[in-house]
Amino acid sequence: MSETSTPTKAKQATERNNSIGQELLIPSLAVISGLIIGAIIIALSGANVLDAYGALFKGSFGSLSELIAGIKSFSATGDQTDLLKSIYPFTESLVAATPYILAGLSVAIGFRCGLFNIGAEGQLLIGSLCSVFVGYSVKGLPAFIHLPLTLLAGAAGGAVWGMIPGYLKARFGAHEVVNTIMMNWIAFRLSDWLLSGPMKSSGFRPVTPNVLATAELPRFFAAPLRFNWGFVLALVMAYVVYWFLFKTTLGFEIRSVGANPDAAKYAGMNIIKNFVFVMAIAGGLAGLAGATQVLGVDHWVGQGFSAGYGFDAIALALLGKSHPFGVVLAALLFGFLRSGATDMQSMAGIPIDIISIIQGLIIVFIAAPDIIRWFYRIRSANVGANQARHA
Amino acid sequence: MTNTNKVINTALAKRTQIIYGIVLLVLGLLIYLLFGRNTEAGVTTTFGLNLVNAQAIKIPDLVVPSQATVLAMVAIAVFFGAYQLARGVRSTGLLIGIIAATFIISFLIWAAQDKSFSLTGMLSSSLVRATPIALAALCGVISERSAVINIGIEGIMLVAAQIAVVTATVSGSLYVGLICAILVGGLIAAFHAYLVIHFKVDQTISSVAINIIGTGMTSFISSRFLQKATDELNNSGTFPIISIPGLSKIPVLGPVLFENNIIIYLMLALVIVMNIVLFYTPWGLRTRAVGEHPKAADTLGINVYLVRYVNVIVGGMIAGLGGAYFTLGSVGRFDEVMTAGKGFIGMAAMIFGKWNPIGAFTSSLIFGFADSLQVKLQILRVPIPSEFLLMAPYIVTMIILTGVVGRAIPPAADGKPYEK
Repeated sequence: MSETSTPTKAKQATERNNSIGQELLIPSLAVISGLIIGAIIIALSGANVLDAYGALFKGSFGSLSELIAGIKSFSATGDQTDLLKSIYPFTESLVAATPYILAGLSVAIGFRCGLFNIGAEGQLLIGSLCSVFVGYSVKGLPAFIHLPLTLLAGAAGGAVWGMIPGYLKARFGAHEVVNTIMMNWIAFRLSDWLLSGPMKSSGFRPVTPNVLATAELPRFFAAPLRFNWGFVLALVMAYVVYWFLFKTTLGFEIRSVGANPDAAKYAGMNIIKNFVFVMAIAGGLAGLAGATQVLGVDHWVGQGFSAGYGFDAIALALLGKSHPFGVVLAALLFGFLRSGATDMQSMAGIPIDIISIIQGLIIVFIAAPDIIRWFYRIRSANVGANQARHA
Repeated sequence: MTNTNKVINTALAKRTQIIYGIVLLVLGLLIYLLFGRNTEAGVTTTFGLNLVNAQAIKIPDLVVPSQATVLAMVAIAVFFGAYQLARGVRSTGLLIGIIAATFIISFLIWAAQDKSFSLTGMLSSSLVRATPIALAALCGVISERSAVINIGIEGIMLVAAQIAVVTATVSGSLYVGLICAILVGGLIAAFHAYLVIHFKVDQTISSVAINIIGTGMTSFISSRFLQKATDELNNSGTFPIISIPGLSKIPVLGPVLFENNIIIYLMLALVIVMNIVLFYTPWGLRTRAVGEHPKAADTLGINVYLVRYVNVIVGGMIAGLGGAYFTLGSVGRFDEVMTAGKGFIGMAAMIFGKWNPIGAFTSSLIFGFADSLQVKLQILRVPIPSEFLLMAPYIVTMIILTGVVGRAIPPAADGKPYEK
């Protein structure tokens, strides 16, 4: 967490010399190990592993034969239906990856500053509530104003929710882990109340009204496909975060504070300002994750909206080593897993919760790379030995 | 050095004193505005002191005039506020007590004016609802006193709750279920301890992983097995209520404290035992030394790792007991994600209770009270959304953590791995 040990110079040198292949070695092995243990659990529960993982694969990528058939019928008759149907699973995975990218960036940027943002879940929920509110209540605006406004409302809501623990940490030294957890639960209760009272739509269920058409993120394809501009937005944000962290002075300050707060303070950097600022950005990114999910996919918010994106985001940030591009890769992986798991549940009868188990195991393996090294007999002990801890 | 410290301390104490004084005065005003003005003269509030099925000797119900009592509470708050500003009371515990008592009493009188309200039932359900919170808090206290953070209590309790109900149903004995739950709790905590002590994994990350795996695993097993075979696997029954002869005859106290099931008695016993162990035994001294200054403890020949392992595992066993409460002590079956954040409220109670078993128990009671109050308020049809009462424990914890009202200081080495 905020306590970081300074790696020795020799270690830094070896870390710098590591090729990308070695950087990817431990995360890949962690993912593979997670999937293997997942397979063992599926087998122990009395199901066929091949059926299950087959359904998972087909559910996340689609099948090649259907794609070929789709292309054939499209080129022959000009009928898109089969083609769209065949790319549906693949695009659904990208849709699932969208909030993962943004929430993962939220946790990652916190890690970079030595802050542990467990509150992405709450920030995401508040962000989605703010954006849905602006989305359905502000009427009469053209789309090119209304849509940015709703996105901004989501980001602002999340930012405020993240800024509070950041401020409490900076001003009073209150631990951000505990405070972000508390903020999560306050957000859950607040949303319960909003959904059953002030923001409830006229129907029977506790859900908000739909956002107006002017606030929806445009979709790329016709009806059943939900693939939308949110994914592009998430990729752009990943690049912006990369640029911000590695190409700007402020980003350098943030990374310095994360690497060694004492040294950063000694160099005249304002740690307090950085804590508040970083938590606001982290919250904003999580809020944006909620906003893209509302505006691009669901168009309304109901109970159990966020479904653990904020907690999975911790696994993502660790898996991506808190690097924006790493987070994007990890988010794509999780997106494919989650979207495929839905099919696995309906086709092979394996509960979707198996994905949580695999994700939890991946966290353990990334955080304790010695387990992986011991299991796969990897000799070099200094490859990213402490990286997960510092990240 | 000591002199400057003293100056800083007096300045801090002065500031705290003024803040408390102002808080009490504002509270007096608030009670008057919210409740005093809205109660009518001549109306009474009835507090029921007898439970229908209890063995206690019946006593007459407590009937108080609504408006007069609320105004008396205003007077008490204002008096203590003024006294605090002028002279100052040393004990912050007393002040918090006054704040809570005056507010809650006037709130209840306002909410139940012209109606009857079962006070004994309310207190009894507070203790019942406080039980899992207190057990989670005790788990946190014992492991954080040895400087190991455990946020995975929620996950441990979920797994233990499920194991308890399944083993109890299959074996036909509730006690087998209870023991299995405790053992599983210890086992998961041992895994956490192994990760954070041996591999020096970040304690928060390890706990988060335990929560994610615990939630996933129990939901997986529940939807794959338990839902299909409820009677064979997920129907254990619950522990019977044990009335303690003699003591259960005492009015009010009897039904609240001495007519409970075994898990609640175990929880009460654990609070006392842990307080003795932590503050009056060599093991407790070692634990606290390891939590405050592991290097010094090591120099004195204390095995830091051993102390941490034992404390974390014992904590896990206590959390396992808390998990068993959800199924064997309460409803007799497992539902997905049935702990509903109680593990995190337990963590809040631990902080609110300043890492002290008695304090943690008292705060759990307050949180349990808030929890049962929101149910009661729905029955009384009070126009306050119950969600806001459920938020209260979290908000209170955040305020406490700021240190403006009564600083909560964790053990000095909390969360840091120890390297020889």
